[in-house]
Amino acid sequence: MKLTKIAFALGASLALFAASAAHAWEPTKPVEFVVPAGTGGGADQMARFLQGVIAKHKLMKQPMVVVNKSGGAGAEGFLEIKGAKGDAHKIVITLSNLFTTPLATAVPFNWRDMTPVSMLALDEFVLWVNAETPYKTAKDYLDAVKAGTDNKFKMAGTGSKQEDQLITVLVEKAAGKKITYIPFKGGGDVAVQLVGKHVDSSVNNPIEAEAHWRSGKLRALCVMDGKPMPYKTKVTATQAWGDLPTCKSSGIDVEYLMLRGIFMPPEVTSDQVAFYVDLFKKVRELPEWKEFMEKGAFNQTFMSGKEFADWVAKAEAQHVSLMKNAGFLAK
Amino acid sequence: MDEINSLMQGFSVAMTLPNLGFMLVGLLLGILIGVLPGLGGANGVAILLPLTFSMNPTSAIIMLSCIYWGALFGGAITSILFNIPGEPWSVATTFDGYPLAQQGRAAEALTAAFTSSFVGALFAVLAITFLAPLLARFALKFGPAEFFAVQMLTFCSFIGMSKEPPMKTLAAMMLGFALAAVGMDSVTGQLRMTFGFPVLLKGFDFLIAVIGLFGIGEILLTMEEGLAFKGKSAKINFRIVWQTWKELIRHWRTFLRSVLIGCWMGITPGGATPASFMSYGMARRAAKDKDSFGKGNIEGVIAPEPAAHAAGTSALLPMLTLGIPGSPTAAVLLGGLLIWGLQPGPLLFVEQKDFVWGLIASMYLGNIVGLIVVLTTVPWWAAILRIPFAVIAPVIIFICAVGAYTVHSSIFDVIMMLVFGVFGYFFKKLRYPLAPLVLALVLGDMAESSFRQSMLLSQGEIGIFYSNWLVGGLMALSIFLLLVPMWAGLKSMLRRREAGAHLGR
Amino acid sequence: MGPGNEAAGLNRRIPEAGVALALLVGGLIVIVDSLRVGIEWADDGPRAGYFPFFIGVLLAFSAAWILLQAVLGWRKETKLFSQWSELRDVRAMLLPTTAFIVAIPFLGLYVPGALLIGFFMHRHGNFGWLTTALTAIAVPVTFFLIFERWFLVPLAKGPVEAWLGF
Repeated sequence: MKLTKIAFALGASLALFAASAAHAWEPTKPVEFVVPAGTGGGADQMARFLQGVIAKHKLMKQPMVVVNKSGGAGAEGFLEIKGAKGDAHKIVITLSNLFTTPLATAVPFNWRDMTPVSMLALDEFVLWVNAETPYKTAKDYLDAVKAGTDNKFKMAGTGSKQEDQLITVLVEKAAGKKITYIPFKGGGDVAVQLVGKHVDSSVNNPIEAEAHWRSGKLRALCVMDGKPMPYKTKVTATQAWGDLPTCKSSGIDVEYLMLRGIFMPPEVTSDQVAFYVDLFKKVRELPEWKEFMEKGAFNQTFMSGKEFADWVAKAEAQHVSLMKNAGFLAK
Repeated sequence: MDEINSLMQGFSVAMTLPNLGFMLVGLLLGILIGVLPGLGGANGVAILLPLTFSMNPTSAIIMLSCIYWGALFGGAITSILFNIPGEPWSVATTFDGYPLAQQGRAAEALTAAFTSSFVGALFAVLAITFLAPLLARFALKFGPAEFFAVQMLTFCSFIGMSKEPPMKTLAAMMLGFALAAVGMDSVTGQLRMTFGFPVLLKGFDFLIAVIGLFGIGEILLTMEEGLAFKGKSAKINFRIVWQTWKELIRHWRTFLRSVLIGCWMGITPGGATPASFMSYGMARRAAKDKDSFGKGNIEGVIAPEPAAHAAGTSALLPMLTLGIPGSPTAAVLLGGLLIWGLQPGPLLFVEQKDFVWGLIASMYLGNIVGLIVVLTTVPWWAAILRIPFAVIAPVIIFICAVGAYTVHSSIFDVIMMLVFGVFGYFFKKLRYPLAPLVLALVLGDMAESSFRQSMLLSQGEIGIFYSNWLVGGLMALSIFLLLVPMWAGLKSMLRRREAGAHLGR
Repeated sequence: MGPGNEAAGLNRRIPEAGVALALLVGGLIVIVDSLRVGIEWADDGPRAGYFPFFIGVLLAFSAAWILLQAVLGWRKETKLFSQWSELRDVRAMLLPTTAFIVAIPFLGLYVPGALLIGFFMHRHGNFGWLTTALTAIAVPVTFFLIFERWFLVPLAKGPVEAWLGF
């Protein structure tokens, strides 16, 4: 069963290369853009941004409609796509909950139930503390956590048993001490809780905390990527995103990126997939997109087809092991 | 006065002819959105957002925020005319607004609602103009424990005021809490009471329950009382506006109280819906003739409306200064700012002076224009009640179904709406109070997660709820408000027992 | 009101007991599921089932109380819930509404909406068939234009809309 699905997904993505030259298909009615998260979050912002620039540059004849389906940590949205077999007028943007939600809740869906279209970007994670704390570097912070007792340090994050909490578990491993994780509704709330000193640290995405960093309320310690970010424009008086060291180099062995990708319902034709791959390729060429990427300090990797499917399969395996080690798997 | 200068500068930005035109378009759209349940401000703003990319950011945000004002005004209309809250924050307006309409005083109730909304917004904008930095700092003081204290206060100010049998009040309230708990537990990520049904994953939305309990329930009740809406005899002329205004001035205390509650709840951000409930509860507490509430007391309209509007307006402040949206609509506006390359946050007031002050100036203008627009439409709205019942009843049911469907694009929700409707009918007839049910449904989820976030912070120490003056004061006030009616009830019970008159009902 | 009026309507005790029973069942469901997710108070605060458990207990308790009152006073209860004629009026609304909602999964919102409005105007309103037909069609079409075209909010659609190409 599963094998045929994989074969199908791969087949569809292979066929896509063949068909990409002259695709015949185009949407004939408004396209529903499902966001498996609430309004105002990172995925929602990106979806609404895409809706806006696609309309502005008339990249598609039909309008795009953003629909938030956040129930059950996004399960509602993914189940909708899974159920809409062959409907090419629905696409979904992903967060890490594509992997974490089915593992944590046993709600039956998997990326293989959908058709992968393309990766748009990868979202970075940065370790933040309040600027009034004495921790100047990630090492200072790590040493303080090590020196303290269990649960002395409090980390705020978005959602439960999702990416932020997984990262917190990894930081715990590095420090050898327990950290209290407190889930909030959205990334904006998390950043404000940190500014208000109700918690000690957070792992906000760059875009969620940038304003507070620039105004000197928060301090960015390190980025959870394999290499520093490429952005050299100064954001604060002294620092650019590119100046942040990797967490790995500071002794916190954490590498985590979040997928911002597009999927379609199962059993759509390769022409239909090709249309969207092409659409998002065009979006990537727009100056607005480049500005958006720089503002949010995104990792601008783009993939589609088999390459993308392979990447997702690898990311899934990574999440299974992370979730398992953290003890977050549904019983 | 630095602010005055900046504001004047802002007026000169906002007061151009095209901007006034955008304002009018935004307001009319907003009123439409407010009137149709299920079409929230967030929809309108989100849909128009793409259209605004070709305008300059200031004009665009003026138009978008006017949609928001329009929606705030419009929410009251269907609440008063048909007992169907167009927006969650107009639920409290139905309690007295609908009885007023039934008594043929729809125009009066609408005028009171619009005017008090305007007053609420005006004060909130004044607060934003002069106290923005201070208020933003105050908002930072709110951690999970403080949020829980606020939710507790909302609840305590509202509770203990129902005249219905205590056991039925308890049952209704617990049903609300139970419904609020369905879906994903936000703290542990566990699924509760979903029993493997995917349709239950998203839980029970407040709006669906309200559309069913109030809207459909009311239609069924109306059927029972004969095929007609009462209140057909509504007087329809503009003199009513003046007469109502004269009466409104006498209620300045209620205005003041509601505006303060609203501003505070908008900034922290507690939300417009709890703010409206809290103000209604407080007004009833303070009133001499408590029993007239719920039967068509104009104060029951004046209390929740300014609070909702003040909260809705001041919710833009945390969005602009801190980047946290106080409502879903604000969240979408926030997304819009980002697309225009405007980063909300503490520096927005410094880096984008023109934009911020243009927006603030447009808040004044938008609300004034909005008030004029809605007041002139009062007679038309009231005239809707003259449409024959055989036409309006199925149309209302259709609108309710559309409203329930749009919340999550789910047909299951429409079915649930009907179930709630039938329950609403039985509850009303059997004297189960609906208000505690609805309030529990709104607050249940929020209160539970803030409580448990606080417990995580304090590692299970209850002491976090009196660890500083702010949270301690709020908690003390809540407990005081909870005990007062209990004490009064106990006293009157004792007195009755002394008198020996045991008149069972 | 004497017991002689019994025949004129539905006695209050039946719906009273019925609603209480439904709430009691609801309370028990909440209790059972809370036990599944854990109802204890751990070191770092309450588990997921802690609050729902008490909510369930209180709901079941209050419902049981109301049910008991209704049963104990079964013979004494003389108040009417509603007259039969009134209930017939309610049914006249409830049945078409239910039919409307049952049809939505199959036909979408628009067509059943038109049918509901048409049926109701014809049955209860003494309108001419032209007025009836025009109103019944105009309302869903207006909603289609406002929601789907203007605000781009998709509503439920069925085979008729698909046939028309939407």
